[in-house]
Amino acid sequence: MSTSISIENLNVYFGEHHDLFQAVKNASLSVEQGASFGLVGESGSGKSTILKAITGLAPQWDGHMAIEGADLTHKRDRTFYKTVQMVFQDPYASLHPRHSVDQVLTETLHLHGFDDINNRINKLLLDVGLGPAFRFRYPHQLSGGQRQRVAIARALAPEPDILLLDEPTSALDVSVQAEILNLLSDLRSEHGLTYLMVSHDLAVVAHMCERVAVMQNGEIVEIIDVADMRAGKTTQDYTASLLHASANRVA
Amino acid sequence: MSSQSLTLRQWLLTDTPTSRRQARFAALYKGWLSLRSNHMAMIGLAILVVLVGSAVFAPLLAPHDPFVQNLANRLQPLGTEGHILGTDSLGRDILSRMIYGSRITLYIVALVAMIAPVAGLLVGTVSGYAGGWTDIVLMRITDIFLAFPRLVLALAFVAALGAGIENAVLAISLTAWPPYARMARAETLTIRSSDYISAIRLQGAGPMRIITKHIWPLCISSLIVRVTLDMAGIILAAAGLGFLGLGAQPPSPEWGAMISEGRRFILDHWWIATMPGLAIFAVSLAFNLLGDGLRDVLDPKDSAS
Repeated sequence: MSTSISIENLNVYFGEHHDLFQAVKNASLSVEQGASFGLVGESGSGKSTILKAITGLAPQWDGHMAIEGADLTHKRDRTFYKTVQMVFQDPYASLHPRHSVDQVLTETLHLHGFDDINNRINKLLLDVGLGPAFRFRYPHQLSGGQRQRVAIARALAPEPDILLLDEPTSALDVSVQAEILNLLSDLRSEHGLTYLMVSHDLAVVAHMCERVAVMQNGEIVEIIDVADMRAGKTTQDYTASLLHASANRVA
Repeated sequence: MSSQSLTLRQWLLTDTPTSRRQARFAALYKGWLSLRSNHMAMIGLAILVVLVGSAVFAPLLAPHDPFVQNLANRLQPLGTEGHILGTDSLGRDILSRMIYGSRITLYIVALVAMIAPVAGLLVGTVSGYAGGWTDIVLMRITDIFLAFPRLVLALAFVAALGAGIENAVLAISLTAWPPYARMARAETLTIRSSDYISAIRLQGAGPMRIITKHIWPLCISSLIVRVTLDMAGIILAAAGLGFLGLGAQPPSPEWGAMISEGRRFILDHWWIATMPGLAIFAVSLAFNLLGDGLRDVLDPKDSAS
């Protein structure tokens, strides 16, 4: 299997001059094609920032990043957007309040140069478990789970190989979380997608991913198989304490 | 679709629209319903409908020619036979002049509404989205325009360009755009960092598409509200220029110019200045009431939740 995402010695900064803040310090990870990789850590640990650096939304970075063997520069092109797509954390914020589902998907498909837009929209909506009845609704006419399904449909529209998932369920009700996670698992096997998923919830990551990177204060503390993590074979104290904390919370 | 079995109202209020057209009409209809429940806004709208109606049908409505003078019949009081609102110093029928004057008012309002908010929106959104040096330069220009008192700057422009209604409109527009630019920039700054803008950037959309298709639709509603609220001020500024003799020129029946003419007789023949003054007041009030109502309907923060 080839490497889908490879990151070496990545540093990401925010601000300028004396306000400069290093959000990610010397992070390295690699994700195999078709794999699902988790990034966990408490808030502010820099996990979402890694996704932002990959997508180009955090432009101040140095180090080395490559997608499917192609090195990333500071400019992203159309091929990149066709390969890598992202699902945002809050479906209430990631859909334009004045655009209907139809407009969102039409524009996305149009930007990627597809022509049979009508059929594709219907297929995308079916793929994410929304019928054609939802096609002409506005975001305020949808529930949180339905919105996130639309956001997933938008991310799937360019037929990407890699999906970056930024806490895709943390803004949703517990009952809806499971539905969305199952949908994401199904889509991964159907479309052969590679996932890089950020979460603060170890249970979610354990359910979705095979390997996990644990982050603390912008550094990757440990990269470990989910099976090993379940068995408690952690090498770092911080991972153990994170595990302990989430076990307490669930119990 | 079984649209025949549905009433128009059901078709508009359905939760599952089946076409782009239906979705759009449904959104408009819901806005109209919530505007209709605001009685003050409906009063404002009614006054404006009367204004538009009298402008369109002025030749049919006006009992007299607004320009025909009759010096034997000058300064007639209210309720005179044939001249319900009296006559002015040259014996012209005040009601007819006011009806024809609504055309000028509407013309000013329409022209300013087409120029100032569009210019402000363009400058503000580009400035807010681009940031950096573009932002600094555009905003300092805006500051310079904002630093002048509006009527004084308009006076200077009219003095430079020459008196006349078109130049008055241009002068008012030139002084009216900076607040819109400021407002559009402030909104753009909050919108540009939102997830849905990031999402469309990740689809490869360029800045022009993002500004025109994603930022403008969100700025326009608050801009419309602000413009309707400002309309009162714009009408007053136009009337003020007319009053000072720098706007509409005689014998044009512009309301401000009419007040200016009536000023000489205000102690003995108060109605000559008062009647067009009441018209200006009514239209200004109407725009304010409608603007308030539109704010409730169009505010995206309310309708989003």
